[in-house]
Amino acid sequence: MKEAWLFTVQRLSALVLAPLVLLHLGVILYAVRDGLSAEEILARTQGSQLWGVVYGLFVFAAAIHAPIGLRAVLREWVGWRGAGLDIAMGLFGLLLLALGLRALAAVL
Amino acid sequence: MTARATKSRSRAGRIGGVSGSIVKCICPRGVKTGYDWSVMAALEVEIWRGEGNDGSWRCYAVPHQANQTVLDVVTHVQRHIDPSLAYRFACRVGMCGSCAMTVNGRPRWTCRTHVSRVSRKGRLRISPLRNLPVIRDLAVDMAPFFEKWRDAEARFVPSPVPVEEPVRPGEPARKAADAGIECINCAICYAACDSVAWNPDYPGPAALNRLWTLVNDRRDGDQDGHLEAAGTGCHLCRSHQECAEVCPTNLNPTTAIAGLKREVFRRTLARPPWEGRQ
Repeated sequence: MKEAWLFTVQRLSALVLAPLVLLHLGVILYAVRDGLSAEEILARTQGSQLWGVVYGLFVFAAAIHAPIGLRAVLREWVGWRGAGLDIAMGLFGLLLLALGLRALAAVL
Repeated sequence: MTARATKSRSRAGRIGGVSGSIVKCICPRGVKTGYDWSVMAALEVEIWRGEGNDGSWRCYAVPHQANQTVLDVVTHVQRHIDPSLAYRFACRVGMCGSCAMTVNGRPRWTCRTHVSRVSRKGRLRISPLRNLPVIRDLAVDMAPFFEKWRDAEARFVPSPVPVEEPVRPGEPARKAADAGIECINCAICYAACDSVAWNPDYPGPAALNRLWTLVNDRRDGDQDGHLEAAGTGCHLCRSHQECAEVCPTNLNPTTAIAGLKREVFRRTLARPPWEGRQ
């Protein structure tokens, strides 16, 4: 049951990430057309609820998606299993979440 | 004709789930075979010989005949050259799934594999199936394959009440079941599968393919139980499609496993963990 849930949650987070990654890449291409500066980024993001929601979703989805995928990779390639792996991946997810939200807070 | 020695080679590695090295390979062409070598081309056949995890390649010269199968070659070696060779076969007509071996690096049913189709410049290299423990020579222990099948609960559970509506061959669920029903349990897909090699928890393509036929069988009384069982292992398939590539009966277990993933996804969403197990 746990494995089925992890599988399902990873697919759901992938559904969220797929359009957001494309949007993120599009924004990068658009933003660097005249060179990239901190002022330009902050002018676009500061006070914007839209970008806050978009990148907030991005951070949450990535913090869910990446640890589940890394868990599968470690189980197959390193043979690490059990509660230790689950705890480590939970901590990894929290780390991603904290770093992502910190970055988000810095530009909003 | 004199006996000929092929180039001596040595290599460490894993062959069909066992490790070992290639030793000096001497083809005893024309020696005690009873065939007229002057009119008959010869195959150079390297066969993995050994018990358990230890073994080596040995080379044999076998006369090449029209419509000859790889199983014919192995049988010739045992009957005319080396009676100690161990291998497994039964029906010889592609029904029983007993004679699967690795031929020139690819798992095949040897009774239906013509030498002319798979030999490379008159050479064959035959080893036991991958991902299964070797008993001796070309015979592997099939127990792990069937134990995983059993653990995946891939068996028909009769419905407690008769199915009143007749099962029609054209209905979509029946067609999905029929698409995977002709599995002969040869374990060729299991041997070819990298996910099986990487992950001991993975049930393998054959067991999951069988689960998918049961999920689509209206006469089965435990589709939900089958999906719960599938949920513990179907997501470990990486969709490399090696199983579909090598299946001798042209089944496509990857498609079946994709169907299981889809249904497990739906079932899991329909039953949030806070509602408890039903």
